Amino acid sequence: MPDRTPSQTAGPFFSFGLCVLPAADLSPPDAPETITIEGRVLDGAGEGIHDALVEIWQADAGGEYRRDWGWARCGTDADGGFRFHTVKPGSVPSTQGSMQSPHLEVIVFARGLLKHTLTRMYFPDEEEANAADEVLASLDEDDRSTLISTRRNGSYVFDVQLQGERQTVFFAL
Amino acid sequence: MSENVEVVREDTVDPPWNWPEYRSTALRAPKRPLVLLPHTLSELTGPAFGEGAVGELDHDLTRQHEGPPLGERIIVSGRVLEEDGKPVRNTLVEVWQANAAGRYIHEVDQHPAPLDPNFTGAGRCLTDDEGRYRFVTIKPGSYPWQNHPNAWRPAHIHFSVFGRAFTQRLVTQMYFPGDPLFEYDPIFQSVRDPKARERLIAGFDLETTVPEWALAYRWDIVLRGSAATPFEN
Repeated sequence: MPDRTPSQTAGPFFSFGLCVLPAADLSPPDAPETITIEGRVLDGAGEGIHDALVEIWQADAGGEYRRDWGWARCGTDADGGFRFHTVKPGSVPSTQGSMQSPHLEVIVFARGLLKHTLTRMYFPDEEEANAADEVLASLDEDDRSTLISTRRNGSYVFDVQLQGERQTVFFAL
Repeated sequence: MSENVEVVREDTVDPPWNWPEYRSTALRAPKRPLVLLPHTLSELTGPAFGEGAVGELDHDLTRQHEGPPLGERIIVSGRVLEEDGKPVRNTLVEVWQANAAGRYIHEVDQHPAPLDPNFTGAGRCLTDDEGRYRFVTIKPGSYPWQNHPNAWRPAHIHFSVFGRAFTQRLVTQMYFPGDPLFEYDPIFQSVRDPKARERLIAGFDLETTVPEWALAYRWDIVLRGSAATPFEN
């Protein structure tokens, strides 16, 4: 059996290689309910990280994971900001057979990250489903709150705090 | 921290986040324990990319401009595999690199080495049914960076691989055999297990060289296993 290849940092210069595919917009032109997700990637001093890459993976509005849709990436701007246009995912089953609350998988690459981080973004307007979600239920209140986006000017806002008191919860791969 | 979900599993393959010798980790390395996540459909699925994602010359970094780039032409090929040895078919492999002088086309790179109007340094391809990928490029140069006094990166090509599940996603770097800078490079040395470090180094591949035209290197990429996936090809 072959042994796994280790991770190495994406470094600061990935944009000309990885940000070529226009991939921050997942909203079909005829989708009635397009949503905008925006946020910042922040370091331990609370500063925005300008050389990070955020990728999302999500189910469609009906809760189906499709091979040909549902992934997007966005390099951060000078303030660490990123933005995606997409549709809100539906619920997908958990390993226990119950339904998970709608969420996106979110990974971040950056200079200074020798391996990427994996987290999830949930929605603030899904209180009941969030309360029943097995991943959220396993976290205490402070940790849970790092995974639930907020609303601002019609967008869902999700900051990824890599380090510090309010560090985002990251998952083991 | 939520009590019932902490996992402290020593990972001997991937580098740690906190690696003081690599200065940029200081304010970016997550410090809190990772949380164990049940692998649901969200983790066991991942994007696929059709032929539409890859242009005809995307795999050949020496033919993306009017003339050939300066430098030593090389073929870099290998297979994308899972830990059980199964090939990962039709998965997207992306590469980016410095030119032969050690300069990236990126605007932030201020290394006083020349840009090459005939070289961008970015490529992509899909693996075939055996998990094979192949790029034609030029050997990148070493370059200095600001991490510590007289710091130089060993020559490397950045790789991005998707696999079949989002939890298999991998971004890493391929190095060239015999590079004298290995022992001084905190990024390479951040992989603590010497055997795992060796797996970042391509092998010289005489068989794939093309006489009178290009040398060749072979590098297999092994992704973490994926328990199951509903998208069996």
